[in-house]
Amino acid sequence: MTDGFLDNSLFRNIYCYIAGGSDGCAVRGYDAGFLPSGLEWLAFAITAFVLANIFINGALGGVLALIWGERRILARFQNRVGPNRWGPMGSLTSVADAIKTMFKEDIVPDQADRFLFNLAPVIMVVPVLLVFAVIPVGIGTVVADINVGLLFVIAVTSASGLAIAMAAWSSSNRIAIFSGLRAVALLVSYEIPMALSLVGVLMITGTLSMSGTIAAQDIPFIIVQPLGFLVFFLASLAEMSRTPFDLTEAESELAAGHLNDYSSMKFGVLFLAEWAATIAGAAIITTVFLSGWRGFEPIPSHLWFAGKVVAVLFVIIWIRATWPRLRIDQVLNLAWKGLFELTMINLIVTAILTAAMSDLEADGSMFSRGELLIMAAVNWIVFFPSVYLIGKLLAAKPYNKDGSEDLPDYPVATEQDAALEGAAD
Amino acid sequence: MIQDYFRSYAVLIIFVAVAVVVPIGMLGISYMASLVKVRPQRSTRIKRAPYEGGMRPLGDKPRRFNFRYYYYALLFVAFDVETVLLYPWAVRHGVLSRQFGWAALGAVLVFLFVVTVGYLYAWRKKALEWQ
Repeated sequence: MTDGFLDNSLFRNIYCYIAGGSDGCAVRGYDAGFLPSGLEWLAFAITAFVLANIFINGALGGVLALIWGERRILARFQNRVGPNRWGPMGSLTSVADAIKTMFKEDIVPDQADRFLFNLAPVIMVVPVLLVFAVIPVGIGTVVADINVGLLFVIAVTSASGLAIAMAAWSSSNRIAIFSGLRAVALLVSYEIPMALSLVGVLMITGTLSMSGTIAAQDIPFIIVQPLGFLVFFLASLAEMSRTPFDLTEAESELAAGHLNDYSSMKFGVLFLAEWAATIAGAAIITTVFLSGWRGFEPIPSHLWFAGKVVAVLFVIIWIRATWPRLRIDQVLNLAWKGLFELTMINLIVTAILTAAMSDLEADGSMFSRGELLIMAAVNWIVFFPSVYLIGKLLAAKPYNKDGSEDLPDYPVATEQDAALEGAAD
Repeated sequence: MIQDYFRSYAVLIIFVAVAVVVPIGMLGISYMASLVKVRPQRSTRIKRAPYEGGMRPLGDKPRRFNFRYYYYALLFVAFDVETVLLYPWAVRHGVLSRQFGWAALGAVLVFLFVVTVGYLYAWRKKALEWQ
């Protein structure tokens, strides 16, 4: 039995506790486990099962914490107190909400397509949870260290568009269908800049695996790839439908969008999926652009990872508190005319730089720290003019700059209107 | 080594199974609660009407929608294929340039040129406008 997978510390600790008698564990100095030899496959399956449960339930617990944290922080931004009744500083509010949601009446509209209506919440939440399987949360602490982790993440997260469309279409509600169509257009448009912005990172790392990406980040890629980070951050905000791109559930226009006809735990699961997607997005940004669990010594790697994720989440909440929602034409223009071009610029500049510095380093890595710094310098020099130019291109044209006649036709109050108003009073 | 490769996917499959079971379990617990009468189940026709802002919904299930969404679906198909082709190249770009020099980059720039022409054509044809 090969035991390379035992290098994964998380896996090893549980596996060797169960089946310590196997060769790999004995070499690494574990005591005999309680499972007899010959049943290694069972130990393997149990370990995977336990790990999956830890990560999934950890993610769900993180969602509850995030909902509470977001409400508290938003309240601070808006000079309110926020939830403060249940538990210290209101920290049990989300738990109370979760329990309450579970015991609400479940209503399925008569018009709804019952099968799709019930299936949509599950389709929505499963891909989001799968992201947590491939993200390293500390040194050697990853459930499945597959060699195409980044591709897996991109592939799996794109399923959320399908789920939203399914939820919207099956509830056969006008408002929900508007929301579903918007969601599909938005998710589909932002998927292209999101995927393309990672191409620059791939050229530098030369691998699709998550641990390889972290290993390559002697300098965090937020410094080496500023354009890639900007585009990826905005595109993932859109993919998790957060403000300023939350057209799918614009409260003032569409009530709750595709969530309109959902109630009880089905609503709860959909809601949970959305918040879990936010955490997953922050974790991906941390891994790919903020050097994941890497940091300096006295602080353990898991804390580094958690701290970076919390920082990213705080920025996301900050954006929600600051910026108003964009219109659909602005959102789609930003994706196709703004972010797409920025990714192309980033892609070509990075391709030229990597081709120029493609000689192998002495330690076998692709790029030395000095080469990464040169890359960062060039990329930052490209960053400012290109963002400025694209901003110029996308900026709204001011009306009537020279006082000419193309004033918009605002409705002008007539005498008749004034008379009517007087009559109403 | 090859066994480790399949092992990581075996873990992933078990993870998928747990990820499917957890939400279904949550829905199941909620359903059980209605069996023991903890969760109310008093449905009426008004409750089962689609919620459209409190108004009584007019007409049948809506089936028509704006065709403009279709443009974006078509564009997505074209450019997503571009992404699919760029990913494997990007991973091997360093190795290829070491082997073939600037020719490796030139080959991809030809491909990107073709894509860019298509992009400019779509822009010129106003497929990117929300009008």
